[in-house]
Amino acid sequence: MAEQTYLEAIRAALREEMRRDPSVYLFGEDVALGGPFGVTQGLAEEFGTNRMVNTPISEATVMGLAIGAATAGLRPVVEIMFIDFITLAMDQLVNHAAKLHYMSGGQLKIPLTVRVQCGISGAMGAHHSQSLEAWLAHVPGLKVVMPANAADAKGLLKSAIRDDNPVVFIEHRALYWTKGPVADGDRTVPIGQAALLRQGDGITIVALSSMVGPALAAADALAGDGIAAEVIDPRTVSPLDVEMIVRSVKKTGRMIVVHEAVEQGGIGAEIIARVQQEAFYYLDSPIARVAAPFAPVPAGPTLEKHFLPGKERIIQAARQAVSKG
Amino acid sequence: MAVKKNNSQELVALLRRMWLIRAFEEKVSVLYAAREIQGLVHLGIGQEAVAVGACGQLRVDDYVYGGHRSHGHAIAKGADINRLMAEIAGRATGYCRGKGGSMHIAAKECGFVTATGVVGGTMPLALGAAFAAKERKKGQVAVVFFGDGAGQAGPFHESLNIASLWKLPVIFVCENNGYAEFTPLSAHTKIERLAQHAKTYGIPASTVDGNDLLAVRGAMSEAVTKCRAGQGPAFLECLTHRLRGHYEGDPAKYRELSQLAEWKKKDPIARFTRLLKSRKLISDQAVESIEREARGAVEQAAEFSLASPWPDAAEVAGQVTA
Amino acid sequence: MRELAYYEAKFEALEEIMAADQRVHLINGTFLSLSPHRHVFQNLQKKYSDRMMMPPISELGFCGLAIGAAMAGLRPIVDLSTGSFIFEAWPQVANEAANAFSMSGGQTRVPVVFHLFHGLRGGGAAQHSGSPQAMLWNCPGLEIVIPSSPRDVKGLLKTAVASDNPTIFVDHTRLLDVRGDVPENDKPIPFGVADVKRPGGDVTLIATSYTVQVALAAAAKLAQEGIEVEVVDPRTLVPFDLAAILSSVEKTHRVVIADETHQSCGVAAEIAARIAETGFDKLKTRIRRVSTLDVPVPYSPPLEAHIGPSEARIMDAVRTAVA
Repeated sequence: MAEQTYLEAIRAALREEMRRDPSVYLFGEDVALGGPFGVTQGLAEEFGTNRMVNTPISEATVMGLAIGAATAGLRPVVEIMFIDFITLAMDQLVNHAAKLHYMSGGQLKIPLTVRVQCGISGAMGAHHSQSLEAWLAHVPGLKVVMPANAADAKGLLKSAIRDDNPVVFIEHRALYWTKGPVADGDRTVPIGQAALLRQGDGITIVALSSMVGPALAAADALAGDGIAAEVIDPRTVSPLDVEMIVRSVKKTGRMIVVHEAVEQGGIGAEIIARVQQEAFYYLDSPIARVAAPFAPVPAGPTLEKHFLPGKERIIQAARQAVSKG
Repeated sequence: MAVKKNNSQELVALLRRMWLIRAFEEKVSVLYAAREIQGLVHLGIGQEAVAVGACGQLRVDDYVYGGHRSHGHAIAKGADINRLMAEIAGRATGYCRGKGGSMHIAAKECGFVTATGVVGGTMPLALGAAFAAKERKKGQVAVVFFGDGAGQAGPFHESLNIASLWKLPVIFVCENNGYAEFTPLSAHTKIERLAQHAKTYGIPASTVDGNDLLAVRGAMSEAVTKCRAGQGPAFLECLTHRLRGHYEGDPAKYRELSQLAEWKKKDPIARFTRLLKSRKLISDQAVESIEREARGAVEQAAEFSLASPWPDAAEVAGQVTA
Repeated sequence: MRELAYYEAKFEALEEIMAADQRVHLINGTFLSLSPHRHVFQNLQKKYSDRMMMPPISELGFCGLAIGAAMAGLRPIVDLSTGSFIFEAWPQVANEAANAFSMSGGQTRVPVVFHLFHGLRGGGAAQHSGSPQAMLWNCPGLEIVIPSSPRDVKGLLKTAVASDNPTIFVDHTRLLDVRGDVPENDKPIPFGVADVKRPGGDVTLIATSYTVQVALAAAAKLAQEGIEVEVVDPRTLVPFDLAAILSSVEKTHRVVIADETHQSCGVAAEIAARIAETGFDKLKTRIRRVSTLDVPVPYSPPLEAHIGPSEARIMDAVRTAVA
């Protein structure tokens, strides 16, 4: 069992899948040169620039090209440099990739993986820091995954590439250099399965991606208050593993949902709506969300810090939930 | 282009195919007026020579992509008209099980990959198929049909650029019928001939009379040959006209009646028939019989469709993901 | 009180808006989709053609242009027509219009209105039946307006144009012929004020857009079963009148939300979450959502009819809420 960074784990998954399946191609801006963060470093040397394809700055058409290639027998991975730029490819992703399988009555398969990185890190401002997974979770026909550690990153990327459906694989830039144990061998993590990271019966904390770390830290602090927090990482945003979350809430009677994305219209809304639907009578207090305020991400390191939800807000919300009802 | 006697069978077959499209589209119009077909439907009556002239040069394993006006493209590529009509009528026996409909036809087994309701939406997709084809090295090509309206969409320019840059085996076939929905081309752009855009991106391009089947066929044949040989993309602009409105139900008041009359005189089927007759390749009886057979086949397709069951409610949740 | 059709009220508003403010320009569509009532648009065009432009099929281009024009002092109203086409213009709407005021520290205002028709229209299939308002609700910086009646469309359109913020005006083709009271010399309707379209004491039925009309029909039938439904119409999603909704929930203790966006992360999800967070103690039973099913919109008519928030599905949800 080796320790790898999240970024290295992604690179390892790409390398292994490209070795395993010659129909896997990677398209994106500067991918053959390693990309802005070095994720794809070295891959062009092994697989050639034929399979590691540098593209012009044409997100819409590159996305469409990848979709078309998928319908014609390849298994493409498209890299969109920042999730903020997925906006340029929305028509192809939402109106084509997500819907062609259905609209064709099952004739067409779109085994496409879209890799994007998201989130706040490095004071990059409103166009380079967003978390937009809720938009994509709203589109039937797309699967959306957000790994929070190196092992899940590797295992979910393998699953995404092998999946015959369009999967959006959302990496978090702030997690790129975090390290974690990654088992050897060909291991996949199933899409649609959450992870129970910490057991407890006092309150359920559902935390996504970059918020998993702060949630676990908050759980440690809460233990000191005598509150045993159960921490769940959904890992897949769509389809959501509501079953695991509901089972937990039936045990604890309380829940908070934490995500870095803006609160309004975020994935937390869907989780709350589903949980109260399935477990209404088990709830001892209102479910709360801990998320970013309803504003574009401010530039500048100090404002950015105020914007980002973190351990302190999670602790506060948990204490409040426990004190009610 | 000279018409050789030993091509006569092929040429008559092309006329037959144009008639099949014409009869099909006219029947769809009748069914639409009778509310047996609902939704948004766009007919290609008057543009048959482009579909048939272009697709006639393709193999089954070549990829064809269309747009919202693609019934004719699918038929020209070999789609089964029973399943096509059933799909447009929303029946369970349709190609897409009633889930795609008129603007989103897919008939994969004959190489008509998909149409789209978004102008320009399939141009990037065709690039992807061409990319895969190039990797596979079996000489396959991709073809995408679109109208003059697509020439102003972002993906049009991005697609021409990338196709040229990467020398992709894709043929862009533009049906320039002078109208994007209700607006004439001149109100949309200063560039009258879309082939000019292609040239800007370094793609060999030609503009032909889209209602002259042999002209389309000839230009396409040349493009396909070069494409299969690995020489890169081509752009074929076909000047044509749709004899109906943009969609069924569009009274098309934006079009001068005199303009419509002019184009009716250039009807591609009538023209090609006259040509074949003048070269003594076809008799009057044969012409009548071709029309009759086409209409007969279409009647059967209509009966098949209307007798087919509606899709079951459970179908709604089916095949969202593979 | 005079009665007008929705489309008449909308165009009365457009006429008044164009007459009052030279900065207002209309870009792209007819604001009528495929409705046969073209005469109202043509009348407007006769008077104001110099401020009404028809661009090519370049949503990204002309939405960007409208945003830039708004930044430079004009007040454009863009008609995207079919809501699904907003995806072509998404970078401009989500990354430019929404962010400009905040990113510029308050220097740059973007008084643009994006008008679109959303939802199930009868045969539009997957690419012409989109309801993008749920995703847009996740974009800070945009106002979102969603009228359901002739009076509301007139009053809200005027406020939308007067607003200095980029506004998404979410309309529905099935509303165009709905008739309703529209007072002479009515006042603009402020954003963030919900409207109780029908009072009742048993269930709070929150609905948006055309689904408000469906909800009212359902409520009339349910009254015959002895169930009194209060139909609450938020009218604007951003800003959102949570207080009005909680006030209704305080009275009824039961909530059903009916809306045409897809269920997952849809409009009903956000409303349900807010009520669960802030009004949990008032609830006697779980909140029920009646949303469009999580499938691409199928083409065939019986399939399309099956997936939306229909009168039957709404009535079922209300019945289970009071059971």
